[in-house]
Amino acid sequence: MADVELKNFNLNFGPQHPAAHGVLRLITELDGEIVERLDPHIGLLHRGTEKLIEYKTYLQAVPYFDRLDYVAPMNQEHAFALAVEKLLGCEVPVRGQYIRVLYAEIGRIANHLLNLTTHALDVGAMTPILWGFEEREKLMVFYERACGARLHAAYFRPGGVHQDLPPELLEDIFTWTDTFPEILADMETMLIGNRIFKQRNADIGVVTADEAFDLGFSGPPLRASGIAWDLRKSQPYDGYEKFDFDIPIGKHGDCYDRFILRLEEIRQSLKIMKQAINEMPAGPVASLDRKIVPPSRGEMKRSMEALIHHFKLYTEGYKVPEGETYVAVEAPKGEFGVYVVADGTNKPYRCKIRAPGFPHLAAMDFMCRGHMLADIPAILGSLDIVFGEIDR
Amino acid sequence: MDNPFLHGYVYPGLWMLGGILAVMLPVVLAVAFVIYFDRKIWAAMQLRRGPNVVGPFGILQSFADGIKLVLKETIVPASANKGVYFIAPVLTFVLAMVAWAVIPWGYFGDTKLVISDINVGILYLFAISSLGVYGIIMSGWASNSRYPFLGGLRSAAQMVSYEVSIGFVLITVLLCVGSLNLSDVVEAQRGTWYGIPKWFFLPLFPMFVIFFISALAETNRPPFDLPEAEAELVAGYQVEYSSMTFAMFWLGEYANILLMCAMLSILFFGGWLPPWEVAPFTWVPGPIWMIIKMSIFFFIFSWVKAAVPRYRYDQLMRLGWKVFLPISLGAVVVVSGFLVAFDLLPNKG
Repeated sequence: MADVELKNFNLNFGPQHPAAHGVLRLITELDGEIVERLDPHIGLLHRGTEKLIEYKTYLQAVPYFDRLDYVAPMNQEHAFALAVEKLLGCEVPVRGQYIRVLYAEIGRIANHLLNLTTHALDVGAMTPILWGFEEREKLMVFYERACGARLHAAYFRPGGVHQDLPPELLEDIFTWTDTFPEILADMETMLIGNRIFKQRNADIGVVTADEAFDLGFSGPPLRASGIAWDLRKSQPYDGYEKFDFDIPIGKHGDCYDRFILRLEEIRQSLKIMKQAINEMPAGPVASLDRKIVPPSRGEMKRSMEALIHHFKLYTEGYKVPEGETYVAVEAPKGEFGVYVVADGTNKPYRCKIRAPGFPHLAAMDFMCRGHMLADIPAILGSLDIVFGEIDR
Repeated sequence: MDNPFLHGYVYPGLWMLGGILAVMLPVVLAVAFVIYFDRKIWAAMQLRRGPNVVGPFGILQSFADGIKLVLKETIVPASANKGVYFIAPVLTFVLAMVAWAVIPWGYFGDTKLVISDINVGILYLFAISSLGVYGIIMSGWASNSRYPFLGGLRSAAQMVSYEVSIGFVLITVLLCVGSLNLSDVVEAQRGTWYGIPKWFFLPLFPMFVIFFISALAETNRPPFDLPEAEAELVAGYQVEYSSMTFAMFWLGEYANILLMCAMLSILFFGGWLPPWEVAPFTWVPGPIWMIIKMSIFFFIFSWVKAAVPRYRYDQLMRLGWKVFLPISLGAVVVVSGFLVAFDLLPNKG
């Protein structure tokens, strides 16, 4: 008999695959159904965001951040706004900070709702996603009522937020925080109580605390491995130190831990939202420095000075003093950082974006080896990959 | 006057053809509506509306889909094995249809409503449903593509595993009936014990549960839809199929689900028999009872689909071989031991 060379089975997972979470392409090498090697290919959604930002004024750069992680747009803007404020040395009024915290937490819930339900979809449960999206839709309406856009908000701007919230909106958000936990509990019963769901996730893609450090994890995947690291606590920004909330952590670092950890984070976010609404002070929502934040329309009708400010801000923009800074926020997916180098002009010299999903995706090979083909979507779902931010 | 040819072949032939049409057409039509109901039930559980555009309440949706599929181009992958590629969907569809030949629907006057009242009805059904796996294996292999290949491999393993426990469940029922004829199975469930219908699902309840779950696995329904798991294999063995070839898989799949519903009603819920043979129940004709029971099971099939995640391949095998097989095998021993010990065997010979 002739010698037969046994070869592993190569499978091209994506870029057009129902479970690929966007345009992920995984080259998998399978031995039967066991994953031997897995190679994530990126770049299919590359738009050159970082380079484009170098050619835009600081204000014009804001909308690019909406388009990174389009699941929770405002959390990305938050990092950029904080970085520019730090370079400018500009203070945000307290009401502006509270609105930012409120909307950052809405973004976190919107992100986790999408992630948890698509994770469930990846392991075959098709109903929770529609229940979750019903609620997520309400969050998108809150976005729309605040800034006029459902997705690409451009609401958090250097100096504060774009405009004040309508008075009824806060009441409606508060009512929602009371009704939402019921739906969350339904989803929880549907999934956490289901033994098939447990079997599919428990002990899958285990990452220990040391490995999580080595792999550069942040956010929920890091906390699921048992490390209580949350930038909102460790280096609070925009007044997070005033809020009372807990950081949930996991014990095993598997897909199941990452799932329930995000569920608990939703609860904590609701807690923060309630505090933010209850304690929100009156006052301006953005800095009153007219060299950075444009004046109101009414002011422009009365004051020549205001009109000039407006004209200058929307044509030339503001100049940022020379310097460089790295500012990170606790985005729903992990540490989202912006490194801005300013050269004293009205445009950033360099804007490097640190997307939390990138190291998470890079860990796919490590986490999937030895697991089965069906575990790839489960692990991918538990890492919360969105290609907007990874490919940039 | 007495034409032996006419009386020997033509009339019986026409009679048989009429019988086949009388079963086939309603089944195919029922499949169309069942797909619609499946989508509606599923939509209701997901807080959606489901199909509601074509026809009143969207009931003609399946027909619109059917027409769309017929009008589409059949795409054959260049590297496919063409013969096998086309035989696979035909085989699936034909096997799903021929199984209905032995399903009894009750009586119309004195006529038994069944195309072929053979005395090995259950064996026939078992044989046909075992052959069903060939459609999937063939399509998986002939497509010469990677996702279908994995889907075909999975379904081969899956259907064989669950076939075994279905076999043992059938044996426990047969032990209580003493016949392989499906009409006899139903007749054995006639009557009541102290007012409770004498249906087999009560004494054989664990067997009923195992049969139901195995039926889900046998028809590739969630949580056992591994051969076509969209999160892993995109659509498994159906990936390369389009147009009518795809429609035949689709129809065959739902016809098989209906068949499993029919088997569940016949084996465990007294087929066409009403629960109590008293006034309002006896007014409803047998076939209607049968359809009511099948509809209830179909609803449960849809319900399960909306509610559960999908098993992983190894977990599915473990459930089949390490849980269901020992239980059903044990049940055969227990049931036969019980019947012998209390002298309840139906055919004492």
